[in-house]
Amino acid sequence: MQEMVNIYVYGKKYSVPGDLTIMTAMEYAGYQLKRGCGCRHGFCGACATIYRIKGKNELKTCLACQTQVEDGMYIASLPFYPIDKRTYDIEEISAEQRVMMDLYPEIYSCVGCNACTKGCPQDLNVMQYIAYAQRGDFKKCAEESFDCIGCGICASRCPAGISHPMVGELARRLNGKYIVPKAEHLKNRVEEIHEGKFDDLIEQVMGKPIDEIQELYNNREIEK
Amino acid sequence: MYTLANMQESIKKVEATRAQRMANEPRRMTADEKDALLAAYHPDYKEEGFITLKVGPNKGEKVPTELGYLLESNSRILGVDIDLDKVDYDVDVLVIGAGGAGSSAAIEAHEAGANVMITTKLRIGDANTMMAEGGIQAADKENDSPAQHYLDAFGGGHFAARPELLRKLVMEAPDAISWLENLGVMFDKDENGRMVTTHGGGTSRKRMHACRDYSGAEIMRTLRDEVINRGIPVVEFSSAVELIKDDKGQVAGAVLQNMETGEYQVAKAKTVIIATGGAGRLHYNNFPTSNHYGATADGLILGYRAGAPLLYQDTIQYHPTGAAYPAQIFGALVTEKVRSLGAMLVNVDGEAFMHPLETRDVSAASIIRECSDDRNEGVETPQGKAVWLDTPMIDLLHGEGTIEKRIPAMFRMFMQYGIDMRKEPILVYPTLHYQNGGLEINGEGFTNTVNNLLVAGEAVGGIHGRNRLMGNSLLDVIVFGRDAGKAAAAKAKDVTLGKMNLDHVEKYAEILKEAGIDTGMVSPQLLPNYAGKRHL
Repeated sequence: MQEMVNIYVYGKKYSVPGDLTIMTAMEYAGYQLKRGCGCRHGFCGACATIYRIKGKNELKTCLACQTQVEDGMYIASLPFYPIDKRTYDIEEISAEQRVMMDLYPEIYSCVGCNACTKGCPQDLNVMQYIAYAQRGDFKKCAEESFDCIGCGICASRCPAGISHPMVGELARRLNGKYIVPKAEHLKNRVEEIHEGKFDDLIEQVMGKPIDEIQELYNNREIEK
Repeated sequence: MYTLANMQESIKKVEATRAQRMANEPRRMTADEKDALLAAYHPDYKEEGFITLKVGPNKGEKVPTELGYLLESNSRILGVDIDLDKVDYDVDVLVIGAGGAGSSAAIEAHEAGANVMITTKLRIGDANTMMAEGGIQAADKENDSPAQHYLDAFGGGHFAARPELLRKLVMEAPDAISWLENLGVMFDKDENGRMVTTHGGGTSRKRMHACRDYSGAEIMRTLRDEVINRGIPVVEFSSAVELIKDDKGQVAGAVLQNMETGEYQVAKAKTVIIATGGAGRLHYNNFPTSNHYGATADGLILGYRAGAPLLYQDTIQYHPTGAAYPAQIFGALVTEKVRSLGAMLVNVDGEAFMHPLETRDVSAASIIRECSDDRNEGVETPQGKAVWLDTPMIDLLHGEGTIEKRIPAMFRMFMQYGIDMRKEPILVYPTLHYQNGGLEINGEGFTNTVNNLLVAGEAVGGIHGRNRLMGNSLLDVIVFGRDAGKAAAAKAKDVTLGKMNLDHVEKYAEILKEAGIDTGMVSPQLLPNYAGKRHL
């Protein structure tokens, strides 16, 4: 039998099995979630959560779907945070330092408190990727921020009002579009298809009787 | 019986056979062996778990029980007085669903100059696209061709795919990747920009493109950013609960419901794209699922009630490797990329019981067989039996640091519970992953029965046949999403709407009554009901 633990959802006490996550524990307690629940597997950032263990001082942050309950956990979810995304035309900008200055000038107000990094449930070095953005090193900013799921905990802890996930997003798009070299083989293949170079080949396969296609499939060579 | 000691004992056996296994690639099954395995162990091939539809376009056909009940239930708005003259949104193109397909469709419709809006019951990006980990296929390397891609997918899907749809999928794949690259998606590349590609189960060429193991997340957040940049209206927490038709019988919009206040709204549109995704949260056959919270087949219900037939609604994909341990992540996806990188499937005695890159239906059936009483080669866990996925092989094969670099999400997910997959194998068992079937469309993305109604993404049936290869769904949401957006925008120019009505809702209620069906439920379901339960 699974041991029960006491948790406090928005301050109200519930007794729940200790092997549940915060999300499934809230449901076990009777919540029908609409907010604060998305992919349930750590990819979408819908379930940012703040908690404190009874009797302890430290405030912790996590994803409700990826964190097991503990006895004495005081839980508040952060289902929405007013993140500040600036809009731009990706075709009209370029990977110059000025872009970040224009769109997200508040990154230069970073006071270096590192609260963003401490709060990140993905253990990203958030303050570091903001530093990369400040100096216009978008490639490094993109790579450092890559595993960001956009939960917004960093932004909620920031005294400078930075919307970190949006800074990372801009850097990644700049990097993917303008900094990393384009795939030459991809460009060539798109052209070949547009020129109709594969039309005959695919018609040949599609036009075969089903038993011949099966034969072809079952005996096809597989690249090592 | 499950004990930690037994589990540790089994890990020792996996370690003991590792060197010998790494030197010998397991053989692939023959076509006959696969057929026999599927017939005996794959849930699709069993009678239980299905019912026969008594009404509607697919009357007399098999359907998963839970979906069948929803299809044969009445509308949520039957008997509700909705004023269709009070139009809240009036657009050219209405996109229902804000995942990969819906967002791609909206971007292309906007690009084509249409007045387009998206409605979604949760947030933009709350979708299975966001959770796709392993990658996206496209035949863009020199040793590959769209014809080879076609052959792999057609065979993997048991030769049941609609040829005209599969042709589009493979022929437009490189252009889809190029479109994403131009939007700024960060694919895994070498220093010269060449794509790093691997195998997936059932591929004959290495054509799996990835973005670490956040492939879907990277694509989805880029699409989301683009939708917002373009100023396309996205109405969140707003479910489409019914399609609206006009007096000519063509689709004319949808009734929306605010998920929080319950308020109804009317969206009028010249063309409507259903891009509502999958059904994992219906937990067919009581399986756990890798799907997002809103995967409840809503679009299938809406389309079916309006008269659009389903195709291959009786074929479901169980992803071979759902997490089986610990309990907190039971059913969560363990990406196929783990096997693409070399990890083997191993039983309780340390034997590699199959080639790790068979197609998904074959792999799932093989794992189920291994854990069945017939073989009794599964590892006992608190949730039932499972097999090992020998992850330490990855760093041994490709060098230290590969796991952290190529599959960081997997590493993070297991480390959260103290399991270091670099050093010890992980436990897996099939999880409900994908609906192979869905609404039937023609080559232009439209349904054949309801004028001006399009479908894109996982809600479509027929692109993949009766099983889907890894990396072809992430691809289909982009290819068919884009095409649907373009087609819907073009078509909207020629549409003149008549007077709107919800007559089909009442007509459906009468048909149910005549057939003597009363499920006591209403549909679409919108969200799973987990309140007050300990659920999967």
